[in-house]
Amino acid sequence: MREQMGITACDLFAQDDRVAIVLAEISTQYFGPALEGDPLRAVNLGIMEQSMIGVAAGFAMEGFHPIVHTMAPFIVERPLEQIKLDFGYQGLGGTFVSAGASYDYGAEGATHHSPGDVQAMLTIPGVEVLVPGSAVEVDRAIRSTYADGRITYVRTGVAMNATSFETQIGRAEVIRRGGRSTVLAVGPLLERTLAAVEGMDVTVLYVTSVAPFDAETLVRETTGPDVVVVEPFYEGTLTPAVSAALAGRPSRIGSVGVPRRFIHTYGQLEEHDREVGLDTRGIRDRIASFLDGR
Amino acid sequence: MPAEHADEIHRLMALATGDEKHDESSTSTLDALHVLYDRVLRFDAANPGWEERDRFILSKGHGPASYYAVLAHHGFFPPDRLAGFMTWGGTLGSHPDRQQVPGVEASTGSLGHGLPMAVGVALALRAKGLTDQRTIVLTGDAELNEGSNWEAILVAPTLELGGLTLLAVDNHSSTIDMNLPAKLEAFGWVARTVEGHDHAGLEAVLCERDDHRPTAVIADIPEGEW
Repeated sequence: MREQMGITACDLFAQDDRVAIVLAEISTQYFGPALEGDPLRAVNLGIMEQSMIGVAAGFAMEGFHPIVHTMAPFIVERPLEQIKLDFGYQGLGGTFVSAGASYDYGAEGATHHSPGDVQAMLTIPGVEVLVPGSAVEVDRAIRSTYADGRITYVRTGVAMNATSFETQIGRAEVIRRGGRSTVLAVGPLLERTLAAVEGMDVTVLYVTSVAPFDAETLVRETTGPDVVVVEPFYEGTLTPAVSAALAGRPSRIGSVGVPRRFIHTYGQLEEHDREVGLDTRGIRDRIASFLDGR
Repeated sequence: MPAEHADEIHRLMALATGDEKHDESSTSTLDALHVLYDRVLRFDAANPGWEERDRFILSKGHGPASYYAVLAHHGFFPPDRLAGFMTWGGTLGSHPDRQQVPGVEASTGSLGHGLPMAVGVALALRAKGLTDQRTIVLTGDAELNEGSNWEAILVAPTLELGGLTLLAVDNHSSTIDMNLPAKLEAFGWVARTVEGHDHAGLEAVLCERDDHRPTAVIADIPEGEW
Protein backbone atom coordinates (compact mmCIF):
# COMPACT_ATOMS: atom_id res chain seq x y z
CA MET A 1 0.00 0.00 0.00
CA ARG A 2 2.83 2.36 0.88
CA GLU A 3 4.47 1.83 -2.49
CA GLN A 4 1.12 2.26 -4.23
CA MET A 5 0.59 5.55 -2.41
CA GLY A 6 3.84 6.84 -3.96
CA ILE A 7 2.96 5.55 -7.41
CA THR A 8 -0.52 7.10 -7.32
CA ALA A 9 0.68 10.41 -5.90
CA CYS A 10 3.49 10.71 -8.47
CA ASP A 11 1.11 9.83 -11.28
CA LEU A 12 -1.38 12.50 -10.19
CA PHE A 13 1.54 14.90 -9.77
CA ALA A 14 2.59 14.29 -13.38
CA GLN A 15 -0.95 14.61 -14.75
CA ASP A 16 -2.20 17.59 -12.78
CA ASP A 17 0.03 20.62 -12.29
CA ARG A 18 -2.12 21.65 -9.33
CA VAL A 19 -0.93 18.70 -7.25
CA ALA A 20 1.69 19.50 -4.62
CA ILE A 21 3.52 16.91 -2.53
CA VAL A 22 4.75 17.83 0.94
CA LEU A 23 6.88 15.38 2.92
CA ALA A 24 8.76 15.25 6.21
CA GLU A 25 11.63 12.87 5.44
CA ILE A 26 9.54 9.69 5.63
CA SER A 27 9.01 7.53 2.51
CA THR A 28 10.86 9.91 0.18
CA GLN A 29 12.02 6.82 -1.71
CA TYR A 30 8.45 6.34 -2.98
CA PHE A 31 8.15 9.90 -4.30
CA GLY A 32 11.30 10.04 -6.45
CA PRO A 33 9.65 10.97 -9.76
CA ALA A 34 7.94 13.97 -8.15
CA LEU A 35 10.84 15.15 -5.98
CA GLU A 36 13.24 14.90 -8.92
CA GLY A 37 10.81 16.02 -11.61
CA ASP A 38 9.46 19.37 -10.45
CA PRO A 39 10.91 20.40 -7.09
CA LEU A 40 8.80 23.56 -7.13
CA ARG A 41 5.66 21.54 -6.34
CA ALA A 42 7.23 18.65 -4.41
CA VAL A 43 9.13 19.36 -1.26
CA ASN A 44 10.73 17.33 1.49
CA LEU A 45 10.96 19.76 4.39
CA GLY A 46 12.89 17.59 6.80
CA ILE A 47 11.50 16.33 10.07
CA MET A 48 8.91 18.99 10.92
CA GLU A 49 5.36 17.72 10.93
CA GLN A 50 3.62 20.86 12.16
CA SER A 51 5.19 22.86 9.37
CA MET A 52 4.53 20.07 6.89
CA ILE A 53 0.80 20.60 7.44
CA GLY A 54 1.13 24.39 7.48
CA VAL A 55 3.14 24.42 4.25
CA ALA A 56 0.60 22.11 2.64
CA ALA A 57 -2.14 24.53 3.71
CA GLY A 58 -0.20 27.37 2.09
CA PHE A 59 -0.23 25.42 -1.17
CA ALA A 60 -3.97 24.82 -0.76
CA MET A 61 -4.57 28.53 -0.13
CA GLU A 62 -3.04 29.13 -3.57
CA GLY A 63 -5.29 26.60 -5.30
CA PHE A 64 -3.09 23.51 -5.18
CA HIS A 65 -4.20 20.03 -4.10
CA PRO A 66 -1.59 19.01 -1.53
CA ILE A 67 -0.79 15.38 -0.84
CA VAL A 68 0.93 14.94 2.50
CA HIS A 69 2.45 11.82 3.97
CA THR A 70 4.22 10.46 7.00
CA MET A 71 3.70 7.84 9.70
CA ALA A 72 0.21 7.78 11.22
CA PRO A 73 1.08 9.18 14.67
CA PHE A 74 3.16 11.98 13.14
CA ILE A 75 0.65 13.06 10.49
CA VAL A 76 -2.44 12.95 12.73
CA GLU A 77 -1.72 13.13 16.43
CA ARG A 78 1.28 15.44 16.49
CA PRO A 79 -0.06 18.17 14.13
CA LEU A 80 -3.79 17.62 14.69
CA GLU A 81 -4.33 21.30 15.43
CA GLN A 82 -2.69 22.25 12.13
CA ILE A 83 -5.07 19.92 10.27
CA LYS A 84 -8.03 21.22 12.26
CA LEU A 85 -7.30 24.93 11.77
CA ASP A 86 -5.07 25.32 8.71
CA PHE A 87 -7.30 23.02 6.66
CA GLY A 88 -10.60 22.47 8.50
CA TYR A 89 -11.40 25.93 9.82
CA GLN A 90 -9.97 27.58 6.72
CA GLY A 91 -12.15 25.44 4.44
CA LEU A 92 -9.26 23.95 2.48
CA GLY A 93 -8.79 20.52 0.95
CA GLY A 94 -5.84 18.17 1.24
CA THR A 95 -4.99 14.49 1.15
CA PHE A 96 -3.23 13.04 4.17
CA VAL A 97 -1.89 9.55 3.58
CA SER A 98 -0.44 7.69 6.53
CA ALA A 99 1.58 4.54 6.97
CA GLY A 100 2.03 2.40 10.03
CA ALA A 101 -1.61 1.99 11.07
CA SER A 102 -2.22 0.76 14.62
CA TYR A 103 0.96 -1.27 15.16
CA ASP A 104 2.30 -2.34 11.75
CA TYR A 105 5.87 -1.84 12.85
CA GLY A 106 5.42 -3.68 16.10
CA ALA A 107 9.07 -3.70 17.04
CA GLU A 108 9.19 0.11 17.00
CA GLY A 109 7.04 0.34 20.11
CA ALA A 110 4.08 2.53 20.96
CA THR A 111 5.79 5.76 19.82
CA HIS A 112 5.22 4.55 16.27
CA HIS A 113 1.75 3.07 16.82
CA SER A 114 -1.45 4.94 16.09
CA PRO A 115 -4.62 3.06 17.02
CA GLY A 116 -6.20 6.44 17.82
CA ASP A 117 -5.60 8.15 14.46
CA VAL A 118 -9.04 7.63 12.94
CA GLN A 119 -10.90 8.70 16.06
CA ALA A 120 -8.71 11.80 16.28
CA MET A 121 -9.39 12.71 12.64
CA LEU A 122 -13.12 12.27 13.21
CA THR A 123 -13.05 15.18 15.68
CA ILE A 124 -12.58 17.50 12.68
CA PRO A 125 -15.91 18.42 11.06
CA GLY A 126 -16.31 17.43 7.42
CA VAL A 127 -13.36 15.05 7.11
CA GLU A 128 -13.29 12.06 4.83
CA VAL A 129 -11.63 8.99 6.38
CA LEU A 130 -10.79 6.12 4.08
CA VAL A 131 -9.33 2.80 5.21
CA PRO A 132 -8.64 0.81 2.06
CA GLY A 133 -7.91 -2.89 2.26
CA SER A 134 -5.62 -3.31 -0.73
CA ALA A 135 -3.21 -1.41 -2.96
CA VAL A 136 -5.85 -1.08 -5.70
CA GLU A 137 -8.24 0.43 -3.17
CA VAL A 138 -5.52 2.85 -1.99
CA ASP A 139 -5.11 4.02 -5.56
CA ARG A 140 -8.85 4.55 -5.98
CA ALA A 141 -9.17 6.28 -2.60
CA ILE A 142 -6.54 8.88 -3.45
CA ARG A 143 -7.57 9.42 -7.07
CA SER A 144 -11.24 9.87 -6.29
CA THR A 145 -10.72 12.45 -3.56
CA TYR A 146 -7.48 14.37 -4.08
CA ALA A 147 -9.16 17.32 -5.79
CA ASP A 148 -12.51 17.32 -3.97
CA GLY A 149 -11.70 20.27 -1.73
CA ARG A 150 -12.08 18.24 1.48
CA ILE A 151 -9.72 16.93 4.11
CA THR A 152 -9.19 13.29 3.21
CA TYR A 153 -7.34 10.92 5.51
CA VAL A 154 -6.20 7.73 3.79
CA ARG A 155 -4.91 5.09 6.20
CA THR A 156 -2.53 2.62 4.59
CA GLY A 157 -0.97 -0.35 6.28
CA VAL A 158 1.00 -3.54 5.87
CA ALA A 159 -1.99 -5.88 6.31
CA MET A 160 -4.05 -6.34 3.14
CA ASN A 161 -6.88 -8.41 1.74
CA ALA A 162 -6.07 -10.68 -1.23
CA THR A 163 -9.23 -9.55 -3.04
CA SER A 164 -10.05 -5.96 -3.95
CA PHE A 165 -13.53 -4.52 -4.33
CA GLU A 166 -15.04 -1.65 -6.28
CA THR A 167 -14.84 0.56 -3.23
CA GLN A 168 -16.30 4.05 -3.37
CA ILE A 169 -16.31 6.88 -0.94
CA GLY A 170 -19.48 6.85 1.15
CA ARG A 171 -20.41 3.29 0.20
CA ALA A 172 -20.18 -0.02 2.02
CA GLU A 173 -20.06 -3.28 0.05
CA VAL A 174 -22.33 -6.22 0.82
CA ILE A 175 -20.00 -9.22 0.86
CA ARG A 176 -22.42 -11.89 2.06
CA ARG A 177 -25.93 -12.01 3.45
CA GLY A 178 -27.11 -13.90 6.53
CA GLY A 179 -30.15 -13.85 8.77
CA ARG A 180 -29.01 -13.44 12.33
CA SER A 181 -26.86 -10.38 12.63
CA THR A 182 -24.59 -7.96 10.80
CA VAL A 183 -20.82 -7.79 10.90
CA LEU A 184 -19.01 -4.73 9.56
CA ALA A 185 -15.44 -5.52 8.54
CA VAL A 186 -13.24 -2.45 8.17
CA GLY A 187 -10.47 -2.25 5.56
CA PRO A 188 -7.68 -4.81 5.90
CA LEU A 189 -9.64 -6.91 8.41
CA LEU A 190 -12.15 -8.14 5.83
CA GLU A 191 -10.38 -11.33 4.85
CA ARG A 192 -9.78 -12.40 8.44
CA THR A 193 -13.33 -11.51 9.38
CA LEU A 194 -14.75 -13.64 6.55
CA ALA A 195 -12.67 -16.59 7.76
CA ALA A 196 -13.75 -15.90 11.34
CA VAL A 197 -17.50 -15.94 10.61
CA GLU A 198 -17.46 -19.11 8.55
CA GLY A 199 -20.47 -21.14 9.58
CA MET A 200 -22.17 -18.19 11.30
CA ASP A 201 -25.49 -16.93 9.91
CA VAL A 202 -24.40 -13.32 9.52
CA THR A 203 -24.35 -10.56 6.92
CA VAL A 204 -20.91 -9.12 6.25
CA LEU A 205 -20.51 -5.54 5.06
CA TYR A 206 -17.13 -4.24 3.93
CA VAL A 207 -16.42 -0.69 5.09
CA THR A 208 -13.52 1.33 3.69
CA SER A 209 -15.27 4.70 3.88
CA VAL A 210 -15.42 5.36 7.61
CA ALA A 211 -16.49 8.94 6.94
CA PRO A 212 -18.77 9.55 5.19
CA PHE A 213 -20.33 6.41 6.61
CA ASP A 214 -22.85 4.45 4.55
CA ALA A 215 -25.76 4.42 7.01
CA GLU A 216 -28.22 3.57 4.24
CA THR A 217 -26.64 0.21 3.38
CA LEU A 218 -26.28 -0.68 7.05
CA VAL A 219 -29.95 0.05 7.75
CA ARG A 220 -31.11 -1.78 4.62
CA GLU A 221 -29.03 -4.90 5.21
CA THR A 222 -29.52 -5.21 8.96
CA THR A 223 -32.46 -7.32 10.06
CA GLY A 224 -31.69 -8.36 13.63
CA PRO A 225 -30.72 -6.19 16.61
CA ASP A 226 -27.06 -7.27 16.72
CA VAL A 227 -24.31 -5.42 14.88
CA VAL A 228 -20.61 -6.11 15.36
CA VAL A 229 -17.87 -3.84 14.00
CA VAL A 230 -14.49 -5.42 13.35
CA GLU A 231 -12.19 -2.40 13.26
CA PRO A 232 -8.40 -2.16 12.91
CA PHE A 233 -8.07 0.77 15.33
CA TYR A 234 -9.28 1.52 18.87
CA GLU A 235 -12.44 -0.40 19.64
CA GLY A 236 -15.56 1.73 19.57
CA THR A 237 -14.25 4.12 16.92
CA LEU A 238 -17.17 3.36 14.59
CA THR A 239 -19.76 2.96 17.32
CA PRO A 240 -21.09 6.55 17.10
CA ALA A 241 -21.68 6.26 13.33
CA VAL A 242 -23.34 2.84 13.67
CA SER A 243 -25.40 3.99 16.62
CA ALA A 244 -26.60 7.07 14.75
CA ALA A 245 -27.50 4.99 11.68
CA LEU A 246 -29.57 2.58 13.79
CA ALA A 247 -31.17 5.22 16.01
CA GLY A 248 -34.61 4.23 14.77
CA ARG A 249 -34.50 0.67 16.13
CA PRO A 250 -33.38 -1.17 19.26
CA SER A 251 -29.84 -2.44 18.68
CA ARG A 252 -26.86 -3.96 20.39
CA ILE A 253 -23.57 -2.74 18.97
CA GLY A 254 -20.37 -4.63 19.63
CA SER A 255 -16.82 -3.73 18.72
CA VAL A 256 -13.93 -6.00 17.93
CA GLY A 257 -11.02 -3.59 17.74
CA VAL A 258 -7.75 -2.63 19.36
CA PRO A 259 -8.07 -2.44 23.17
CA ARG A 260 -7.43 0.97 24.70
CA ARG A 261 -4.16 0.31 26.45
CA PHE A 262 -0.50 0.87 25.62
CA ILE A 263 1.44 -2.14 24.43
CA HIS A 264 4.88 -2.34 26.04
CA THR A 265 6.30 -5.17 24.01
CA TYR A 266 7.63 -5.52 20.48
CA GLY A 267 7.72 -8.28 17.90
CA GLN A 268 5.83 -8.53 14.63
CA LEU A 269 2.46 -7.27 13.39
CA GLU A 270 1.00 -10.79 13.58
CA GLU A 271 2.06 -11.09 17.20
CA HIS A 272 0.31 -7.83 18.03
CA ASP A 273 -2.83 -9.02 16.22
CA ARG A 274 -2.83 -12.15 18.33
CA GLU A 275 -2.19 -10.23 21.54
CA VAL A 276 -5.10 -7.82 20.99
CA GLY A 277 -7.49 -10.45 19.60
CA LEU A 278 -7.49 -9.36 15.97
CA ASP A 279 -6.18 -12.57 14.43
CA THR A 280 -8.81 -14.81 12.86
CA ARG A 281 -9.33 -16.83 16.02
CA GLY A 282 -9.55 -13.76 18.22
CA ILE A 283 -12.09 -12.16 15.90
CA ARG A 284 -14.15 -15.37 15.82
CA ASP A 285 -14.15 -15.75 19.60
CA ARG A 286 -15.03 -12.11 20.22
CA ILE A 287 -17.87 -12.07 17.66
CA ALA A 288 -19.26 -15.36 19.03
CA SER A 289 -19.02 -14.10 22.58
CA PHE A 290 -20.93 -10.91 21.72
CA LEU A 291 -23.62 -12.71 19.72
CA ASP A 292 -24.09 -15.23 22.50
CA GLY A 293 -24.56 -12.36 24.89
CA ARG A 294 -21.81 -13.65 27.14
CA MET B 1 1.48 58.56 9.24
CA PRO B 2 -0.14 61.62 7.74
CA ALA B 3 -2.39 63.14 10.35
CA GLU B 4 -5.56 62.74 8.33
CA HIS B 5 -4.89 59.01 7.83
CA ALA B 6 -4.06 58.51 11.48
CA ASP B 7 -7.25 60.24 12.53
CA GLU B 8 -9.29 58.21 10.08
CA ILE B 9 -7.83 54.86 11.16
CA HIS B 10 -8.22 55.72 14.84
CA ARG B 11 -11.81 56.70 14.13
CA LEU B 12 -12.35 53.33 12.41
CA MET B 13 -10.74 51.46 15.30
CA ALA B 14 -13.03 53.32 17.66
CA LEU B 15 -15.98 52.17 15.55
CA ALA B 16 -14.91 48.62 16.25
CA THR B 17 -13.86 48.84 19.87
CA GLY B 18 -16.38 51.39 21.04
CA ASP B 19 -14.02 53.93 22.54
CA GLU B 20 -10.71 55.62 21.92
CA LYS B 21 -8.71 53.12 23.94
CA HIS B 22 -7.21 50.09 22.28
CA ASP B 23 -5.43 47.16 23.71
CA GLU B 24 -1.69 46.91 23.31
CA SER B 25 -1.70 43.96 20.91
CA SER B 26 -3.83 45.87 18.44
CA THR B 27 -2.10 49.23 18.71
CA SER B 28 1.44 47.87 18.49
CA THR B 29 0.71 46.51 15.01
CA LEU B 30 -1.09 49.60 13.75
CA ASP B 31 1.91 51.42 12.31
CA ALA B 32 3.24 48.33 10.59
CA LEU B 33 -0.16 47.48 9.12
CA HIS B 34 -0.70 51.01 7.94
CA VAL B 35 2.71 51.13 6.23
CA LEU B 36 2.12 47.72 4.63
CA TYR B 37 -1.24 48.62 3.11
CA ASP B 38 -0.38 52.24 2.34
CA ARG B 39 3.08 51.81 0.85
CA VAL B 40 4.25 48.21 0.43
CA LEU B 41 1.63 45.65 -0.53
CA ARG B 42 0.11 45.34 -4.00
CA PHE B 43 -3.60 44.58 -3.71
CA ASP B 44 -6.97 45.34 -5.25
CA ALA B 45 -9.57 45.84 -2.55
CA ALA B 46 -12.35 45.36 -5.11
CA ASN B 47 -10.86 42.00 -6.05
CA PRO B 48 -9.24 40.56 -2.92
CA GLY B 49 -8.36 37.30 -4.71
CA TRP B 50 -6.44 39.11 -7.49
CA GLU B 51 -3.76 36.61 -8.51
CA GLU B 52 -1.03 39.25 -8.89
CA ARG B 53 -1.43 40.56 -5.34
CA ASP B 54 1.15 40.32 -2.60
CA ARG B 55 0.08 37.95 0.17
CA PHE B 56 -0.14 39.17 3.74
CA ILE B 57 -0.81 36.85 6.67
CA LEU B 58 -1.51 38.27 10.11
CA SER B 59 -0.22 35.33 12.10
CA LYS B 60 -0.58 37.10 15.39
CA GLY B 61 -4.33 37.08 14.97
CA HIS B 62 -5.26 38.61 18.29
CA GLY B 63 -5.93 42.30 18.69
CA PRO B 64 -7.21 42.63 15.12
CA ALA B 65 -9.08 45.93 15.51
CA SER B 66 -6.22 47.79 13.82
CA TYR B 67 -6.15 45.21 11.00
CA TYR B 68 -9.88 45.55 10.40
CA ALA B 69 -9.61 49.35 10.53
CA VAL B 70 -6.82 49.34 7.94
CA LEU B 71 -8.72 46.93 5.68
CA ALA B 72 -11.86 49.07 5.93
CA HIS B 73 -9.84 52.22 5.32
CA HIS B 74 -8.49 50.70 2.10
CA GLY B 75 -11.93 49.65 0.93
CA PHE B 76 -12.00 45.88 1.49
CA PHE B 77 -15.36 46.22 3.23
CA PRO B 78 -17.65 49.06 4.31
CA PRO B 79 -16.56 50.73 7.55
CA ASP B 80 -20.01 50.24 9.08
CA ARG B 81 -19.17 46.56 9.43
CA LEU B 82 -16.69 47.54 12.14
CA ALA B 83 -19.56 48.25 14.51
CA GLY B 84 -20.22 44.51 14.57
CA PHE B 85 -16.75 43.71 15.92
CA MET B 86 -16.93 40.62 18.16
CA THR B 87 -20.74 40.59 18.13
CA TRP B 88 -23.15 37.73 17.41
CA GLY B 89 -24.01 37.85 13.72
CA GLY B 90 -20.97 39.99 12.92
CA THR B 91 -18.12 38.88 10.67
CA LEU B 92 -15.24 40.50 12.53
CA GLY B 93 -14.14 38.24 15.34
CA SER B 94 -11.53 38.66 17.98
CA HIS B 95 -9.38 36.62 15.60
CA PRO B 96 -9.78 37.04 11.83
CA ASP B 97 -11.59 34.44 9.68
CA ARG B 98 -10.62 34.24 6.02
CA GLN B 99 -14.06 32.91 5.13
CA GLN B 100 -15.73 35.99 6.63
CA VAL B 101 -13.51 38.99 5.99
CA PRO B 102 -12.53 40.19 2.49
CA GLY B 103 -8.77 40.69 2.31
CA VAL B 104 -7.94 38.29 5.12
CA GLU B 105 -5.68 35.58 3.69
CA ALA B 106 -5.54 33.29 6.71
CA SER B 107 -7.69 32.42 9.71
CA THR B 108 -5.38 32.84 12.64
CA GLY B 109 -5.47 33.14 16.40
CA SER B 110 -3.74 29.98 17.53
CA LEU B 111 -0.11 31.10 17.59
CA GLY B 112 2.56 29.58 15.39
CA HIS B 113 0.43 28.77 12.35
CA GLY B 114 1.02 31.75 10.07
CA LEU B 115 4.69 31.37 9.29
CA PRO B 116 4.53 27.71 8.15
CA MET B 117 1.52 28.60 6.00
CA ALA B 118 3.44 31.58 4.59
CA VAL B 119 6.30 29.24 3.59
CA GLY B 120 3.73 27.14 1.71
CA VAL B 121 2.21 30.21 0.06
CA ALA B 122 5.68 31.43 -0.99
CA LEU B 123 6.48 27.99 -2.45
CA ALA B 124 3.13 27.95 -4.26
CA LEU B 125 3.68 31.41 -5.74
CA ARG B 126 7.08 30.33 -7.02
CA ALA B 127 5.55 27.15 -8.49
CA LYS B 128 3.01 29.34 -10.29
CA GLY B 129 5.76 31.57 -11.65
CA LEU B 130 4.61 34.57 -9.59
CA THR B 131 8.16 35.45 -8.61
CA ASP B 132 7.64 39.19 -8.14
CA GLN B 133 4.93 38.64 -5.56
CA ARG B 134 5.80 38.96 -1.91
CA THR B 135 4.57 36.86 0.98
CA ILE B 136 4.68 38.85 4.20
CA VAL B 137 3.73 37.35 7.54
CA LEU B 138 3.34 39.35 10.75
CA THR B 139 4.04 37.72 14.08
CA GLY B 140 4.48 38.99 17.60
CA ASP B 141 7.73 38.46 19.49
CA ALA B 142 6.14 36.17 22.09
CA GLU B 143 4.45 34.21 19.31
CA LEU B 144 7.94 33.24 18.20
CA ASN B 145 8.20 31.10 21.35
CA GLU B 146 6.15 28.54 19.43
CA GLY B 147 8.32 25.75 18.02
CA SER B 148 6.40 25.48 14.76
CA ASN B 149 7.77 28.92 13.82
CA TRP B 150 11.32 27.70 14.26
CA GLU B 151 10.67 24.75 11.98
CA ALA B 152 9.64 27.24 9.32
CA ILE B 153 12.49 29.64 10.14
CA LEU B 154 14.90 26.71 9.77
CA VAL B 155 13.61 25.53 6.41
CA ALA B 156 12.79 28.82 4.62
CA PRO B 157 16.43 29.76 3.84
CA THR B 158 17.19 26.27 2.49
CA LEU B 159 14.20 26.68 0.18
CA GLU B 160 15.69 30.02 -0.95
CA LEU B 161 12.45 31.88 -0.39
CA GLY B 162 13.64 35.37 -1.24
CA GLY B 163 10.02 36.49 -1.65
CA LEU B 164 9.20 35.71 1.99
CA THR B 165 9.31 38.38 4.67
CA LEU B 166 8.76 37.81 8.37
CA LEU B 167 7.64 41.01 10.05
CA ALA B 168 8.08 40.47 13.79
CA VAL B 169 6.48 43.21 15.83
CA ASP B 170 8.59 43.11 18.97
CA ASN B 171 6.71 44.76 21.80
CA HIS B 172 8.84 42.89 24.32
CA SER B 173 5.96 40.76 25.45
CA SER B 174 7.96 37.53 25.44
CA THR B 175 8.94 36.18 28.83
CA ILE B 176 11.98 34.62 27.21
CA ASP B 177 14.56 37.08 25.91
CA MET B 178 14.33 36.43 22.18
CA ASN B 179 17.28 38.39 20.70
CA LEU B 180 15.64 37.90 17.35
CA PRO B 181 18.13 39.54 14.97
CA ALA B 182 21.01 37.31 16.05
CA LYS B 183 18.92 34.15 16.00
CA LEU B 184 17.38 34.88 12.60
CA GLU B 185 20.77 35.77 11.08
CA ALA B 186 22.15 32.51 12.44
CA PHE B 187 19.31 30.61 10.78
CA GLY B 188 20.20 32.18 7.42
CA TRP B 189 17.77 35.07 7.21
CA VAL B 190 18.51 38.65 6.29
CA ALA B 191 17.56 40.42 9.53
CA ARG B 192 16.78 44.13 9.77
CA THR B 193 15.71 45.98 12.87
CA VAL B 194 13.65 49.12 12.64
CA GLU B 195 11.84 51.31 15.13
CA GLY B 196 8.25 50.10 15.08
CA HIS B 197 6.63 53.52 14.85
CA ASP B 198 9.04 54.86 12.19
CA HIS B 199 7.00 54.79 9.02
CA ALA B 200 9.77 55.75 6.63
CA GLY B 201 12.08 53.20 8.22
CA LEU B 202 9.44 50.47 8.08
CA GLU B 203 8.70 51.25 4.47
CA ALA B 204 12.37 51.16 3.50
CA VAL B 205 13.11 47.76 5.04
CA LEU B 206 9.78 46.22 4.03
CA CYS B 207 10.42 47.12 0.40
CA GLU B 208 13.79 45.35 0.45
CA ARG B 209 14.10 41.75 -0.62
CA ASP B 210 16.97 39.41 -1.29
CA ASP B 211 17.05 37.14 -4.32
CA HIS B 212 17.56 33.99 -2.26
CA ARG B 213 17.39 34.61 1.46
CA PRO B 214 14.13 35.34 3.25
CA THR B 215 14.05 38.65 5.10
CA ALA B 216 13.09 39.27 8.70
CA VAL B 217 12.07 42.74 9.77
CA ILE B 218 12.05 43.22 13.52
CA ALA B 219 9.82 46.19 14.26
CA ASP B 220 10.93 47.21 17.71
CA ILE B 221 8.30 48.84 19.87
CA PRO B 222 10.21 50.67 22.62
CA GLU B 223 9.39 49.27 26.04
CA GLY B 224 6.59 51.13 27.70
CA GLU B 225 5.18 52.22 24.35
CA TRP B 226 2.42 50.63 22.30
